[in-house]
Amino acid sequence: MIDICLFCNQPPTRYWERTEEDGKNDGKKQKEGDNNEQTPQQNNTRTKKGGNGRSIYPFPGSAPVPEEKLKKFRRGVKGELPPRPQYKLRDVVIRSEAASDLAQKQNARYDLMLPEDAGFLEGDEDEDTCTISQDDIVDAVDITAGAKYFNLTLSQFGPYRLDYSKTGRHLLLGGRRGHVTCLDWQSKQLMCEMNVMETVNDVKWLHSEALFAVAQKKWLYIYDNKGIELHCIRKFNDVLRMQFLPYHFLLATASATGFLQYLDVSVGKEVVAICTKAGRLDVMAHNPHNAIIHLGHSNGTVTLWTPNQREPLVKMLCHQGGVRSVAVDKTGTYMVTSGMDKKLKVYDIRAYRPLQSYFLPAGASCLSLSQRGLLSAATGDIVQVYRDVWGIPVTKPYMAHRAKGSVWGVHFCPFEDVLGVGHGEGFTSMVVPGAGEPNFDGLDANPYRSAKQRQEWEVKALLEKIQPELIGLDPSQLSQVDHSTWEQRHEDRVQVLGFDPLAKEKFTPRLKTKGRSSSGKVEKRKKQVAHEDQRDVIRQTVEDRMKIDKERKEKEKKKAAAAGQKSALDRFRK
Amino acid sequence: MCLNNKLSEGDKINLSDLIGTLDKTPSALIKTKKQLKNLQHNQSTLETPLTRKETEKIQREVAFEKTSKEVSRWQSVVLQNQKAEQLVFPLNQEPSGPKRIEHVVAGWKAQTPLEQEIFSLLRMNKQPLHDPVLTPTEEASLRAMSLEEAKIRRAELQKTRVLQSYYEAKAKRGKKIKSKKYHRVQKKVMRKEYLKQFDEMVKTDPAAALEELKKMELSRMKERMSLKHQNSGKWAKSKAIMAKYDDGARKAMQKQLEVNKDLTQKLVIPADEDEEDEEESAETLPDFVNDVEPILDQVNPWMRGKLSTEPMMEESNRLDPPVWPREVGKPGEGQDEQEEDEEQMEETEEESLLRGFEERRKLRQTEDKAEILEISDYDEEAVEISDDDEEAGLSNFTSLFHGLVNHMEPPADQPKAGPGLRQGESPALLEEGLVRVRTLEDVELLSQDISTSDTALLTTQILGTEETDTQSATQQADKKRKKMIDPNEVLTKEAKVIEMPLAPTAVEDVEDKEEQRVIIKEAFAGDDVVSDFLKDKRKQEEAGRPKVIDLTLPGWGEWGGLGLQPSRSKRKRFRVKVAPPPPRQDQKLPNIIIAEKRDSSIAAHQVCQLPFPFEKPIQFERTIRSPVGRTWNTQNAVQKITAPKVVTQLGAIIEPIAREDLIKDNRQAVTGPSINLESDQGPQKKRRSQQKKQHKRKKN
Repeated sequence: MIDICLFCNQPPTRYWERTEEDGKNDGKKQKEGDNNEQTPQQNNTRTKKGGNGRSIYPFPGSAPVPEEKLKKFRRGVKGELPPRPQYKLRDVVIRSEAASDLAQKQNARYDLMLPEDAGFLEGDEDEDTCTISQDDIVDAVDITAGAKYFNLTLSQFGPYRLDYSKTGRHLLLGGRRGHVTCLDWQSKQLMCEMNVMETVNDVKWLHSEALFAVAQKKWLYIYDNKGIELHCIRKFNDVLRMQFLPYHFLLATASATGFLQYLDVSVGKEVVAICTKAGRLDVMAHNPHNAIIHLGHSNGTVTLWTPNQREPLVKMLCHQGGVRSVAVDKTGTYMVTSGMDKKLKVYDIRAYRPLQSYFLPAGASCLSLSQRGLLSAATGDIVQVYRDVWGIPVTKPYMAHRAKGSVWGVHFCPFEDVLGVGHGEGFTSMVVPGAGEPNFDGLDANPYRSAKQRQEWEVKALLEKIQPELIGLDPSQLSQVDHSTWEQRHEDRVQVLGFDPLAKEKFTPRLKTKGRSSSGKVEKRKKQVAHEDQRDVIRQTVEDRMKIDKERKEKEKKKAAAAGQKSALDRFRK
Repeated sequence: MCLNNKLSEGDKINLSDLIGTLDKTPSALIKTKKQLKNLQHNQSTLETPLTRKETEKIQREVAFEKTSKEVSRWQSVVLQNQKAEQLVFPLNQEPSGPKRIEHVVAGWKAQTPLEQEIFSLLRMNKQPLHDPVLTPTEEASLRAMSLEEAKIRRAELQKTRVLQSYYEAKAKRGKKIKSKKYHRVQKKVMRKEYLKQFDEMVKTDPAAALEELKKMELSRMKERMSLKHQNSGKWAKSKAIMAKYDDGARKAMQKQLEVNKDLTQKLVIPADEDEEDEEESAETLPDFVNDVEPILDQVNPWMRGKLSTEPMMEESNRLDPPVWPREVGKPGEGQDEQEEDEEQMEETEEESLLRGFEERRKLRQTEDKAEILEISDYDEEAVEISDDDEEAGLSNFTSLFHGLVNHMEPPADQPKAGPGLRQGESPALLEEGLVRVRTLEDVELLSQDISTSDTALLTTQILGTEETDTQSATQQADKKRKKMIDPNEVLTKEAKVIEMPLAPTAVEDVEDKEEQRVIIKEAFAGDDVVSDFLKDKRKQEEAGRPKVIDLTLPGWGEWGGLGLQPSRSKRKRFRVKVAPPPPRQDQKLPNIIIAEKRDSSIAAHQVCQLPFPFEKPIQFERTIRSPVGRTWNTQNAVQKITAPKVVTQLGAIIEPIAREDLIKDNRQAVTGPSINLESDQGPQKKRRSQQKKQHKRKKN
């Protein structure tokens, strides 16, 4: 009834009005699908049409995207538009800006909603979290989480090195005395177990859980998950440590003879063998951000390598003794090293600046960084886990656990709150709350993927394989123009043309009659123009500065407002 | 006729007869005469026809003009198509998707009662029934304005806009005029006009007049509320100081007050006496009488609140009232003088009175401060006496109290309260002693496992000695070279000791101090790790430095031979110095070596030639800054970003744009998706400024 009355009062609005619009749009182009997001005004008018009596809808337009999320998906910075005379360029730039804006906004809008929180351990009052034992944790948590703490007693062939697959489902163990086994550690299902009857230096999963590499006494071997030896790669001898670069399909190995070698596992060819001339290489890590290999040396230095250069990109002196272990965090911002001088150091590897330096009474032999930035350091038979080592200097570990034998390898399990510890007496899986990333990207590494999904992923990953030439300190370098070549070409062009088309036009005063073009006058005019230009520059800078000042003031004001509410004694202040 | 008649009579025709007829029609004769004359005068011959070449040229020109006009019609379409992000062919497509039921079903009639009811309702509301494209009202509205009408309306609008802009310009000009007199006159005129209008309004439209009155009342209220025209501003204060000596200043202030009075005057005039009384009372009583009496309870900060602007206000008030009546009584001068004298007398009296008040007030204030200080002193003494045990809460309170007290004291008054301050300093020291509490860290240190801390200390000490040794050694070695990195600067980060809850069992075996020392020695076997590294760095730096090319040849202008060196000047002359390379990246990082060699492997994958509209690399880089692929974007965004430039329908014939389409509407001929762009005001502004600049240059 009410509706009908309203209709009587209003100018007639009809049901086909909107469909007509839509039909037109569809006919014109298919691309208007996101219309309501781009034109909030349209929505405004629609909602306001309610007219007399009906209140205006309080949330017109599309829902706002939070600034933080937008920031997360920002790529590069916007610049000024080219001047209008260059209208073609201007059009192209405007269009690309619009496209990147759209992409950013949509990414922010469709980012993970209601993400899971990483847990953490909290002790009682005056109880350090590091004193909480694994058994206590297991008692407190549910059964499935409790099952993640387990010990494998393998005292015969230890000490063990270990590796988790990229999805975190599968565990690969390699005993020093030849015992190699891989298992689905969550269901404790054994996939294969064998003894290679040789010393095993290191084990590593390749791109999926179907293949793994074992660095044995002399050569490098590749097995499948049933334990069948697929390859024995004789070009890679005396390998001590291995790293796998998942997006490049490269297996990087460091050998006792001082060679850093790269094996392309997608085609089975050696990419490059670099003689580092730094002696035995038994410390190795890779930067997940830019796929650069970090090697630690006995002279206290850490060197950074790509397959494209035969000398280290960067050589950092980190310790006064030899380097014992290196780890790089997921974002490629921090590097943690430990050395024979019993120090643990944290570096910002973007600026090569030391951030923190800790003294560990016994020194750390193995380091590993989790996805959420927890650091595990093994000192003798004790595994310590630290939280936020690069922030406020820590004085105490977050967790600690005593393994049964001396620790040989530690590794955080991806997407799980689990730290795997390989030691002399076997393997221990520790529960470390807050270690793993709780929100996984199902298209990249899905812990719950089926065999079919794995196969599909494999094909896609191979198609998207990044060539080794693209490895460099700055991964965004590909999106930059090759400046040196461009400059060379430009110079050639200038030579051919006889002038520089890009050079700013120099001001030449017009010829004027009746003595107005005397040299003094000309000079004056020139000066005027120069002055005007300078004024423009100054104006611009002043405007910028004002803007910055204003922003800062606003921020301060906000801060003051936020701080002002805190103290109860503020009411006495005048 | 007459000729015939004559012929019939058989007479001879004379010439005179013929001329006679001519006489009868003179105009024709004149005309022919003129023509003949003209013919005689006009001796010019006809022009020879143009050569074939020239005629062709002219024809070509004309044809060119015509065709260019024809072709230039397409210009905008072409441009639009060039600019368009996407072109969809064939051009005039029928809209896909569901069609309206009315178009699909013809000859359908309402049959069921419900349908009939609905249709009757629709008919009642004048909704279209059969072919519901437009309602009658909509049709009417469409028909309402023809093209001519629209044009006329537009012209009108333009005119009004122009007039408005003229008016605005005029107003602006008027505003810029600095002459006070002009403005005064202007204002007067305005006021008069306004009054006239108001009077008229009272007669014609009393309601509106009442509104106006209300407005006036509102402005009065505003005036009363504000401090405007009350001689409280900066200017007024400066004038107030001068007022005693400067007649002009006094007048100016007077005027201000008058304005205030004018504005605050009530429109409906009340009884005069009351107002006067009020005024008198306001004049005789100084303002601070109304101030809150300082209460003895000094601890309560609420009670000591006082507006800082008050004294100034008082001053202005003090100065104002005596000046007042002087202006009023202008006509009788003799009387005036007398009055003035009297007033001055009054003034002096008042002033002295006021001064007395002021002094007393100041005295009281200083006393207050002294009291406060004293009280605080007492407090501290009490604390000193009573507190041997550490009571953080109390000390906190006292500190807070002190803070408040200090806050109350203006810094200028500090030297006055000399003894108080001296006493106030010592309490601060005392307070420090009181505040100091055992920190959490200390407690932790105490509770820490002694053995581990011991070992840690020991090792750090040993480390220290070792380091100093190496330092001294390297220092000696480095004295020779000038520009070098001090090894002391390398690895300077101080290490923080971390306590471990569990002592490592593996280390237990080597707990012997001596053995530990041996191990440490082993660790630092290459104790000149730092110097090695620095040597390496220096070597690299030197390798990167360009070498001086020596082109000197022996002989050539001087003796050459065994054991003879080319002369110094010659060597100097032929030595080619290469420009120094850009500073190394690791110049300021002592413990880092960054390879300067450029990695050229990626260059093969990079863009080295810019596509057409781009001129500078930075422009191009900006357009490729965000990735396009599915890995980084939503499906929707990918589709939009990678939409094809031309979309065609499979099997459809693409016909060229017809001329009719062009004439009909340019917009329909071209279909390009439009991305909503933000307003680009900034660039517009810039453009304008650039134009200005160009203009200026042209002038120059």
